[in-house]
Amino acid sequence: MNEKAFKRRKLHSILFFLLIIGVAFISAYMTDFNLVEGMATIPTALIWMAENLIITTDTLAKLPKILEKLNETIFMSIAATTIAAAISLFLGIAGSTTTAVNGFFSTLARLIASFARNIPVVAWALILLLSFGQNSITGFLALFVGTVGFLTRAFIESIDEAGSSAYEALTATGATYFQVVGKAIIPQCLPQMISWILFMIETNIRSATLVGILTGTGIGYAFDLYYKMLDYQAVALITLLIVAAVIIIELASNHIRRVIL
Amino acid sequence: MDSVYLKRDKAGRINIKAGNRVNSVINWTVLSLTLLTVTAFLFFDYTGLEIGRAIMETAVNLRTMFLQPSLNHFSWGEALFQVGVTISLAVIATILGAVIAFFLALWSAVNLANKWVSKSIKIFVAFIRAVPTVLWVLIFAIAAGLGSEAAILGMLFHSIAYLVKAFSEAFEEVDKGMLEALRSTGSGWWHTIVHAVLPSTSTYLLSWTFLRFEINFSVAVAMGAAAGAGGIGFELFMASGFYFDLREVGFITYAILLVAIVLEVASTHLKKRYFSS
Repeated sequence: MNEKAFKRRKLHSILFFLLIIGVAFISAYMTDFNLVEGMATIPTALIWMAENLIITTDTLAKLPKILEKLNETIFMSIAATTIAAAISLFLGIAGSTTTAVNGFFSTLARLIASFARNIPVVAWALILLLSFGQNSITGFLALFVGTVGFLTRAFIESIDEAGSSAYEALTATGATYFQVVGKAIIPQCLPQMISWILFMIETNIRSATLVGILTGTGIGYAFDLYYKMLDYQAVALITLLIVAAVIIIELASNHIRRVIL
Repeated sequence: MDSVYLKRDKAGRINIKAGNRVNSVINWTVLSLTLLTVTAFLFFDYTGLEIGRAIMETAVNLRTMFLQPSLNHFSWGEALFQVGVTISLAVIATILGAVIAFFLALWSAVNLANKWVSKSIKIFVAFIRAVPTVLWVLIFAIAAGLGSEAAILGMLFHSIAYLVKAFSEAFEEVDKGMLEALRSTGSGWWHTIVHAVLPSTSTYLLSWTFLRFEINFSVAVAMGAAAGAGGIGFELFMASGFYFDLREVGFITYAILLVAIVLEVASTHLKKRYFSS
């Protein structure tokens, strides 16, 4: 590389950084965000956390009630993910270029997935809340829609990546479409798909908290309730329990992933 | 010839899947997920749910939303401004997060830092990641007050945790020989970072940062709705929770959808360019 190219590259990186800094300043102006003030609140917030987020024996009396809510959230996210995975399997097979039946269904599947995925879970939760009311099904459906969108994209990618050789080989033997899909495509992509499903369960437990705050279900509702009652010990307990649940599920799915991938 | 023990089924056919651990783990996982799902439906709280009426109503609502979107409580200019605020929240959290995560990731990559420092940063970051963003925002809101500051700090925490993991994995894949070559010339730690690690990972770092930006946009919408951070998410919350104005909800949803699709197309493009091996 000659000197000129080096100089040009340097100029490019400098321009890029100036651009980023410019965008950051515009954003800070739009949101009234003051960097110095913002950073200064971090220590204050941390000190406050250390002083107030302490679990006492009083709080432990609320444990059974909170655990019940946490259970609801965990079950909600597992159920939403599993059922969404079943639907996504069909959409994924219809949407992938390897196994597409025809162009119309393929585009339709991708369109549904894109629509479901790009409208945020919050919007789904608020829309569904209007007619489904305050119960587990609202949260379940909100998570379900977002998960279908995400998993369909992931499944389409896994099927595409697996390649078409097995598909061609089975078609050459005269196997029907369903035999090919059942005996070649699904067994080949299953480990990848399960890995995505496990990933989605972890993500959904976190999103379920958010959905819970909006729709009044599960652990999110419990958090919101104690938060508004200024009962910060209970808030600390809930946060800790969510962390424990997420980490346990993460460890379990890492273990499964190590075996199957 | 030695006799080989073959597992056969009742009909005498050879069972080719016998003893395959991968298959049994997959079967167990699928089975237990199905069982958990069935139990979930038995334990759900169905208070006040009339499924038939709810589905009909949702269908009508969705039709009103998506076929007749309109603005009633604020103007086009304001809508654009609110979308801008949401994007700005995401931008600040992503940029600050990426800068801080870069340094933390340097100290948490096993080939660049002390083993114990690396381990403790990784555990700390895993803890931060396990707490949902909205809880961070609400916790910060107690100290900083509800608003953009708490939202940005909460999102920042989560972005840092996510990016440290991604960045440190990228750093750990840097060619060992390159680092050794530089070290053998007597160059210092910062020298190796600037001249070996940074050039060979910069495209990865930028792509990961952009992916996080995409996530942060939808998080910013959520924070507006759930934690009063302002922006289009807050307008969405007001439109559906206070005004019950489905047409406005439809308009806002379209606006969010548009931004999200633009970001997704851009990130797919980036992924194809930099992550395809």
